Amino acid sequence: MIASLSLILLCQLAGEIIVRGLALPMPGPVVGLMILLLLLLARDRFALLARGPLQGDGVEGASRGLLAHLSLLFIPAGVGVVQKLDLLAEHGVAILAILAASVVVTLLVTVATFLVASRLMTRREEKP
Amino acid sequence: MSDNPFSLWVYLSQSPLLWLTVTLLTYAAADAVSLETQRHPLANPVLHSMWIIGTFLLATGTSYTTYFGGAQFVHFLLGPATVALAVPLYENRKVVVAAILPMLIALVIGSITAIVSIVVLAEAVHLPRGVILSLAPKSVTAGVAMGISESLHADPSLTAVSVILTGIMGAIIVTPLMNRAGITDFRARGFAVGLAAHGIGTARAFQVDALAGVFAGIAMSLNALVTSLLVPLAVTLLMR
Repeated sequence: MIASLSLILLCQLAGEIIVRGLALPMPGPVVGLMILLLLLLARDRFALLARGPLQGDGVEGASRGLLAHLSLLFIPAGVGVVQKLDLLAEHGVAILAILAASVVVTLLVTVATFLVASRLMTRREEKP
Repeated sequence: MSDNPFSLWVYLSQSPLLWLTVTLLTYAAADAVSLETQRHPLANPVLHSMWIIGTFLLATGTSYTTYFGGAQFVHFLLGPATVALAVPLYENRKVVVAAILPMLIALVIGSITAIVSIVVLAEAVHLPRGVILSLAPKSVTAGVAMGISESLHADPSLTAVSVILTGIMGAIIVTPLMNRAGITDFRARGFAVGLAAHGIGTARAFQVDALAGVFAGIAMSLNALVTSLLVPLAVTLLMR
């Protein structure tokens, strides 16, 4: 458990160092995600890596534990709304309306694109 | 003696213990109610925890900084949770690889839609520039969005609020919207909500359908990558 958490933190730390070091325009945890994914894929190829948290269900179990209550992790940032009450009093209705409109548009465009693309692909596979 | 409860409050209200406990307890209660209502969209645990804790802070005159002193231990886990998304991605790599093309196309189109729609709408209602910049990354998970916002010299705390609001709205709206549109492909439904409403949408997708949850998790992690590249580009192109 501790070793698995350490590995996750280590990936994030390496991500932060890479991002700061190379001045990349992306957040450290995302680079950390890619590092962990590469580690997991590499483990299947090289038995040498399959030890400690990369062995058994170590890092997988710890990650599932973290992701099981993903909603909880958004609450501290969400409560930050109390700091923005003046801004919301001024622009709140506009902000809420455009956020809602943008979410609906994004949901519909994404779902439609996905369905059209996957239908086109299966049609192409059916045609020999 | 009459002074005691007050001095105890003064002591506790400054300690991380109280606010960490309040955060976890409120979430546990909100989550239990959500379970009790068979995960009704409007019983969203984040939404209800937010206003309950917010009201409590305002009623007791506690500053957000004091609250965050305790809640930061939960907030910190957003970073590791982003890294942890590598695991569902890895475990479902076969399904992911099989649907890679529709996903990549939907990812690019959806991600551009999320950013362009909010920037264009915000300019249309004449919001100040700083607010627009802070709203632009609203569809990705909080840790990533706040990082993007910081690199744009916008207001990360406003970004965090817009991220949460977007997530809650997406999570509430997705099930009725998709049912009304007659969409039954849970890969597509999950992918859309993960892309549009990040972790809160993903949490919702897992409540509805396991496969939808997996695709939501993938969309959310891929979108974190794409959005961090697209937002700086979009704001230079769209904002004068």
